[in-house]
Amino acid sequence: MLADKDRIYTNIYGWESFSLEAARKRGDWADTKSFIQKGRDWIIEEVKKSGLRGRGGAGFPTGLKWSFMPKENNGKPHYLVVNADESEPGTCKDRDILRHEPHKLIEGCLIAGFAMGANAAYIYIRGEFYNEGSNVVKAIEEAYADGLLGKNAAGSGWDFDVYLHRGAGAYICGEETALIQSLEGKKGQPRSKPPFPAMAGLYNCPTTVNNVETISVVPTILRRGGEWFAGFGNDEKNTGTKLFCISGHVNKPCNVEEEMGIPMRELIEKHAGGVRGGWDNLLAVIPGGSSCPMLPKSVCDTVRMDFDSLRAVQSGLGTAGLIVMDKSTDIVYAIARLSQFYMHESCGQCTPCREGAGWLWRIMTRMVKGNASVEEIDMLLDITKQIEGHTICALGDAAAWPIQGLIRHFRPEMEKRIMEYRKTAPKESLAAE
Amino acid sequence: MKAHVLAHDQQPSSFSFTPENMVVVEDILSRYPKGFQRSAVMPLLDLVQRQTAAEGKNAEPPYGGWIPQAAMDEIARIIDVSPIKVYEVATFYSMYNLRPVGVHHVQCCTTTPCWLRGSSKIVEACEKHMGIKVGQTTKDGVFTLSEVECLGACVNAPAVQINDDYFEDLTAETMTEVLRLLENNIDPKVGPQVHRHASAPEGGATVLKDAEPKTQKTSSKKS
Repeated sequence: MLADKDRIYTNIYGWESFSLEAARKRGDWADTKSFIQKGRDWIIEEVKKSGLRGRGGAGFPTGLKWSFMPKENNGKPHYLVVNADESEPGTCKDRDILRHEPHKLIEGCLIAGFAMGANAAYIYIRGEFYNEGSNVVKAIEEAYADGLLGKNAAGSGWDFDVYLHRGAGAYICGEETALIQSLEGKKGQPRSKPPFPAMAGLYNCPTTVNNVETISVVPTILRRGGEWFAGFGNDEKNTGTKLFCISGHVNKPCNVEEEMGIPMRELIEKHAGGVRGGWDNLLAVIPGGSSCPMLPKSVCDTVRMDFDSLRAVQSGLGTAGLIVMDKSTDIVYAIARLSQFYMHESCGQCTPCREGAGWLWRIMTRMVKGNASVEEIDMLLDITKQIEGHTICALGDAAAWPIQGLIRHFRPEMEKRIMEYRKTAPKESLAAE
Repeated sequence: MKAHVLAHDQQPSSFSFTPENMVVVEDILSRYPKGFQRSAVMPLLDLVQRQTAAEGKNAEPPYGGWIPQAAMDEIARIIDVSPIKVYEVATFYSMYNLRPVGVHHVQCCTTTPCWLRGSSKIVEACEKHMGIKVGQTTKDGVFTLSEVECLGACVNAPAVQINDDYFEDLTAETMTEVLRLLENNIDPKVGPQVHRHASAPEGGATVLKDAEPKTQKTSSKKS
């Protein structure tokens, strides 16, 4: 288990105040100036050395992403945009950073912003997080009052502003180009890449969009060294500490910071009080937020919680939000409900997603009862393949994957329901074939 | 995708921000670079909703925050875009109410993590207590009941958002109690409705035990 001295978020549960004074006692804003004085290249190099991969879901190496920003400002300002639109079902880690550790995020904004030549950062927070956003606003005000933001921020010689922008209820705005569109005052509809935001992002200027957790671990990485961070984890590609959210059928659902690559079973049993009714009562786990395909118990027994271990079992670490389901779960409904989510959240721009997400939900609704034919399972799978990869953004993929995971591991259960429904249902109520 | 339709039957003929809110409008506009004031559309729509909520609280019957079409036109004027650009945004995002709602907008999360922890019972308890179905508003204008997608409080499921506040770790009983307090104009305790602090596990944390306040394990007063 990760030792307390190696935890980055020492106030993750909000036992202490989120104020600047309390944050300073926890070590935030110490020596910020010296990091900036060491220069852009040093910061990016240190982040690369740490092996930090984006904490928002895709797991792209952070240092590399920053290095895509133009080296010089060619008449256009650069922007850092922080993605605090946390909406992936199963995920509630950024919420704790925003409400309990906002100074880690703001300090990270200054350092990351400087490293990419930006003088301003926008934190895009989901509208539902009203109280969390208010904490961030208070922390920003404290930072300005203390000279940590504004002209010559933290005495570094670099001018830096941070603004909070509230969303208004749209999962899709967690997609970086949709987020930028939304921040520009438009509908949150993704646009094609390229051009990538590093070339043409917010207001058509070079922009990098990073997750809250990604930005807020950076000050600690610099303080303790990239090598310290890289010392945790399974291998050199899956490093550091990570916030995990454990929800669903566990005895004590919670958020916890642990070492990357911790075995799933250990994570659930040590921190979340174990699966309700014991480990043998486990049916399946969605390991990384709703879009990652579920894993049956046999895989959960041994799998480690990191990007590559989960990819190897045809799933993903995603946002590291585990949704645990015990044997009492109606597994088909659990996924059908996710299909409803994706149907609701599709922005409506690409036909395969707008129409397909609805098809998936309607078929899944019949599958819950078993009111289908066995061949329709393959048809359902085929539809998910027709959506996947055929849309501007990954929401189409995200709608497809949970169903693919269900069919991969629970096809016999789906077939059983269909057989049973056929036995009991009157002929005329069967769906047309 | 969900269609958000304007309330054609109850639109006021005009809208203006209060003098106090005009100060806020200026502050909002100052957050975005010159020439990009269109970015202010979302915070301005939110401000409208807060202003109508403040007005509606004392109206007879009372109502909660919503965004009349005249307010969208006013925003279009302020940020200098055609009104359709504001309508597009107002109808895209789920948090903008395009028709009056109840003073307390009760939004039950029913997405899978909340469903696994019994959100169906929470919705049922709300329907029973309010005497309405999801999507409806009580006749006295006190409550609107909605079903929403993931609120991002999954380790505190089931969760419900009422106006700006989250109520978490609910049961049918505690949900009903929250509603009862609200209709009697008493502020219920926000956050977890069981003995736990934020996202720490119930019964005491497994990590950072040195930092854990001693009173935390027994007290449920503060969230």
